[in-house]
Amino acid sequence: MERGESERIEITISSRFENIELVQVIAEHLCENAGVDEDGSHWVGMAVREAVANAIKHGNKLDVRKKVSATFNLHGGELEITVSDEGEGFDPEKVSDPLNPQNLMKTSGRGIFYMKTFMDQIRYSFRADGGTSLVMTKNLAGRSS
Amino acid sequence: MKSSARTANGVEIIKLEGKITIGAGDSQLREVITNSLNAGKMNILLDMGGVTTIDSSGIGELVGSYTTVTNRGGKLKLLHLPAKLNELLHVTQLITVFEVYENEPDALASF
Repeated sequence: MERGESERIEITISSRFENIELVQVIAEHLCENAGVDEDGSHWVGMAVREAVANAIKHGNKLDVRKKVSATFNLHGGELEITVSDEGEGFDPEKVSDPLNPQNLMKTSGRGIFYMKTFMDQIRYSFRADGGTSLVMTKNLAGRSS
Repeated sequence: MKSSARTANGVEIIKLEGKITIGAGDSQLREVITNSLNAGKMNILLDMGGVTTIDSSGIGELVGSYTTVTNRGGKLKLLHLPAKLNELLHVTQLITVFEVYENEPDALASF
């Protein structure tokens, strides 16, 4: 793909863990096609994996009738990924810091931290009719192999 | 995830291969560790060299395994950490929790 070109991909999956990889693979291929090296593509894919896993587990609570949608927008070297579920939402302020010593040995609570670590920015929005959308952005310019 | 175990110098060496991810290898890892402890094998060396993918659930299971083994009076250490797993442990500061070895003789001598 030539620099400066735009790309938009959408996928909707049912809330099954085995579908996570489908979305992750799209993210990785999109990054690789944009010239991002293997490591960089992997970490974006990892962030997407965590986002979709949260949407399935915490958002849709494993209800296979509920969908998770992911939209990838690549424009001008910036990748914007939106992952939406049909869940009831949550308060991001109440998510505990996994680096706090008292949380270090917890067996969960690192997914959002990894997303923040590997993406430039993440933000949540909550629709009035239910459902959570997570928007993650990553500037891919300068990450070519 | 696939696993295979052997014993050397009284240490249970469990080689893990494949994915340790939500809904897949995470619960299997818990089962493997529980089976070893129930068999009286309290010193466990997890060979992570064949792990291709791990996510936050897999990391959580590693932490849970460490706590379970430690609480039973055993030791759990890691061998052959892939670079990406190493990175995930570093950014979450869990690398300070686990003893990690690059070769088996050093790992075995540490128990």
